[in-house]
Amino acid sequence: MRTLHLKTSIVGISVAVGLAGVLAACGTTAPTAAPSGTSGSAQLSGTVTVFAAASLKATFTQLAKDFEAKNPGTKVALSFAGSSDLVTQISQGAPADVFASADTKNMTKLADAKLVEGTATNFATNVLEIAVPPSNPASISSLADLAKPGVKVVTCASQVPCGAATDTVEKASGVSLTPVSEESSVTDVLGKVTSGEADAGLVYVTDVKGAGDNVKGIPFPESDRAVNIYPIATVGTSKNKELAAAFIAAVTSEAGSQVLSDAGFGAP
Amino acid sequence: MNRQSTSGYHGIPRWVYAVAAVGGLLVVLPLVAMVAKVNWPQFIPLITSESSVAALGLSLRTSAASTILCIVLGVPLALVLARGEFPGQRLLRSFVLLPLVLPPVVGGIALLYTFGRQGLLGKSLELAGIQIAFSTTAVILAQTFVALPFLVVSLEGALRSAGNRYEAVAATLGARPTTVLRRVTLPLVLPGLASGAVLSFARSLGEFGATLTFAGSLEGVTRTLPLEIYLQRESDADAAVALSLVLVAVAVAVVGLSYGRRRNSAEVQA
Repeated sequence: MRTLHLKTSIVGISVAVGLAGVLAACGTTAPTAAPSGTSGSAQLSGTVTVFAAASLKATFTQLAKDFEAKNPGTKVALSFAGSSDLVTQISQGAPADVFASADTKNMTKLADAKLVEGTATNFATNVLEIAVPPSNPASISSLADLAKPGVKVVTCASQVPCGAATDTVEKASGVSLTPVSEESSVTDVLGKVTSGEADAGLVYVTDVKGAGDNVKGIPFPESDRAVNIYPIATVGTSKNKELAAAFIAAVTSEAGSQVLSDAGFGAP
Repeated sequence: MNRQSTSGYHGIPRWVYAVAAVGGLLVVLPLVAMVAKVNWPQFIPLITSESSVAALGLSLRTSAASTILCIVLGVPLALVLARGEFPGQRLLRSFVLLPLVLPPVVGGIALLYTFGRQGLLGKSLELAGIQIAFSTTAVILAQTFVALPFLVVSLEGALRSAGNRYEAVAATLGARPTTVLRRVTLPLVLPGLASGAVLSFARSLGEFGATLTFAGSLEGVTRTLPLEIYLQRESDADAAVALSLVLVAVAVAVVGLSYGRRRNSAEVQA
């Protein structure tokens, strides 16, 4: 990842010049549009506000840092929440330039509200994985194990994307789960597993990776029956569409894809 | 009745009314905005769906249970705090009031580490075959935790303002402490106890954070009305707004009942 980063920045400016640019940018206040460009190395500037699904927190924080380093004078403001919350906020006039959703459904919702510029680009995928406490008290090794009597399984409720994926997997595999709790978010499911209250939970691969040593992940072959697609798009009301497009290009670039795949995301 | 107050002085500066109006609007306006968002043609189907009815029923049952638990545990606590004399009394009061200012999520985490499977008491309870996590009992515990201070504060206030003259008389007439408590003290503070109980019920009904963290969310078992609203909001904003209105209506009824009761009793005493 680091080598890739270096490779791409060789094209650009030296570190010293870059730093000077960042310092200079600190002085400017208004997020004015980029001085519309001489082609090639167009000088981007201003702030791009990115609304991204909660599951993208770690990766987008990294991508934003890389973007700012590569484009001195720019600033990436990040806001993370559930995709449907973000759609509601943008529809109510929140000043977002870029929207990255954890499912196509919420992107469609925003497009239906005529708030998407052009078409959305799919940039990552995510699949479910079984998360168990590190000691794996119920000795889970497959999806079928979750249906055993006495095993306390926590899943997402059908109303949220991870719950919809769980339903699909259940149907496709013929395993029917009787969860002790159906949570409203992946974070809540993960919390029940890390605290040891639940024997197992169904979350995304990336959540298991993000939780580090607090949980153990158990991949299962049936997970490929429910692949979640992550689209990204410029928000129609954006005041800095050039910068928004540049950020989206960075996310979908080779370097961006590498950051995402390091975190467990699949290719679109 | 307001006008015949004891002092007779009512020189409130006019600007105070203006600021008070702003304060009132801050509370009322969001409620009005919510009512304006209600999808009225769909209102009845939305609030009578199977999951909505299950959530409302669970909320009412658990709130009733936690109110009873609040009375059982809160009356002795209030008595001890108002009438007792022992070292650490002020400290105890501070701790009892803590859930009032504690973020509910924090309460949920604390309960989890007490009654959860890996918790302080949870391990022993599990050995005894009692499992609290993910059960309706967990919901009631969470609600009692957040609602208990309301009962204690109301009742302690009532006990202090009632004074203990009647009790002293009863005692000199030879009544035992338990008899005094039952026949004199409790009837005296009954209005305070009632309004405290109603407030506890209302607080239990609105409990969200501790329940979500500690009890989980399963239809008919742990998914109370606030949790159902939180979940519906993800997929069906209309249903979330409709259910919110139901919760507001119940809360208004409950608080109105409590306030009316207090006013009436004040009039009787005046």
